[in-house]
Amino acid sequence: MLDKNGIAKRIAKEVKDGYYVNLGIGIPTLVANFVRDDISVEFQSENGVLGMGPFPFEGEEDADIINAGKQTITTLPGASFFDSALSFGMIRGQHVDLTILGAMEVAENGDIANWKIPGKMVKGMGGAMDLVASAENIIVAMMHTNRAGESKLLKRCTLPLTGVQCVKKIVTNLAVLEVTPEGFKLLERAPGVSVEDIKQATEGSLIVEGNIPEMQL
Amino acid sequence: MIKKTVADVSTALKGVEDGMTIMLGGFGLCGIPENAISELVRLGVKDLTCISNNAGVDDFGLGLLLQKRQINKMISSYVGENEEFERQMLSGELEVELTPQGTLAEKCRAAQAGFPAFYTPAGYGTEVSMGKETREFNGKMYVLEEAFKADFSLVKAWKGDEAGNLIFKGTARNFNPSMCGAAKITVAEVEELVPAGELDPNEIHIPGIFVSRIFQGKDYEKRIEQRTVRKRN
Repeated sequence: MLDKNGIAKRIAKEVKDGYYVNLGIGIPTLVANFVRDDISVEFQSENGVLGMGPFPFEGEEDADIINAGKQTITTLPGASFFDSALSFGMIRGQHVDLTILGAMEVAENGDIANWKIPGKMVKGMGGAMDLVASAENIIVAMMHTNRAGESKLLKRCTLPLTGVQCVKKIVTNLAVLEVTPEGFKLLERAPGVSVEDIKQATEGSLIVEGNIPEMQL
Repeated sequence: MIKKTVADVSTALKGVEDGMTIMLGGFGLCGIPENAISELVRLGVKDLTCISNNAGVDDFGLGLLLQKRQINKMISSYVGENEEFERQMLSGELEVELTPQGTLAEKCRAAQAGFPAFYTPAGYGTEVSMGKETREFNGKMYVLEEAFKADFSLVKAWKGDEAGNLIFKGTARNFNPSMCGAAKITVAEVEELVPAGELDPNEIHIPGIFVSRIFQGKDYEKRIEQRTVRKRN
């Protein structure tokens, strides 16, 4: 079974040379730490920066340079700043190659819910609805089950949707899955996790074809 | 040169009244019009509708207006950092219209640029698109979203000149440029106000035509929400 860093490490393998990538808050943010350094990648943050670098050294924080998680960051050579409308023009116009975000629920048809629990938690969708409605290539990073042990990979989402039929791939602490017209297709198992474990933790239709390889991290 | 400078924040906010719709720039606490917010608190205007990506934190930014119950309705995309906000929203004291962030930005830009509405794919098939016109273009579904209508737009820039030209810094730019000229009156506060001619016209982000009043801001706190750093070596 993977921890959050493990999930990020596996997703980093999906990041290819020449990609502009938008990372959501939480596990997706960790992906930047594991991207190979022999490829050229630029990270976009929807609050208005392309070419995001690591956190600043202590004492060098600048309140005017933050990421979408409101964390202080730095920029790398070649970086640029822009306004929110242009930033979402990049996203809506499909200039960003890969979007990685978290989710509370994903359905077997690719629907995603990650912004609201009615009556309990209403933080808002931020940029998630724009991202999932526009991006061609969306990977969800999340734990396979919630704190109560219930599956987050469902036949249908129970929470208010963020977007419809948009998720292509899911990387969890247990598995890598692809969303297909027939349901969740199991591609890889996390180290030490059996196909049976994944079946137990998946409420939506799970397609298992042939031998399922263990993830290479 | 058409001069836009006013003496201070209270002159700049002349005409703000109860019940108005006010746009405020900023992402989190980054690039918020700190001086204008303090003045709204001092004025005690009530029943405001505020258009702002976030709602500040409990004791800073728009949180200051929420504490005093000056806001009736918030139009935002993300409000997760403010407990008082969440309490007022869940109890029904505060009306909240959550809008996808890109849609929020474009509703400002549309108002600035003279578009009454636009189609966006964001929110299609979700509760955001309920009651709105939807339409298919090239096999994909889109939602019709209307431009904002606001009385005042309060923005913060890094540098500005007497003519109202603005330059923003870093990610403090965010929603500020698109809100300029998107309301009946646009008020810009700047960290550094210079005479006309001192800013290079090539470097201007927002031309002064979009700005009604500009003033020299003061005492910027620029609070950091998440101070993340790495160790040297």
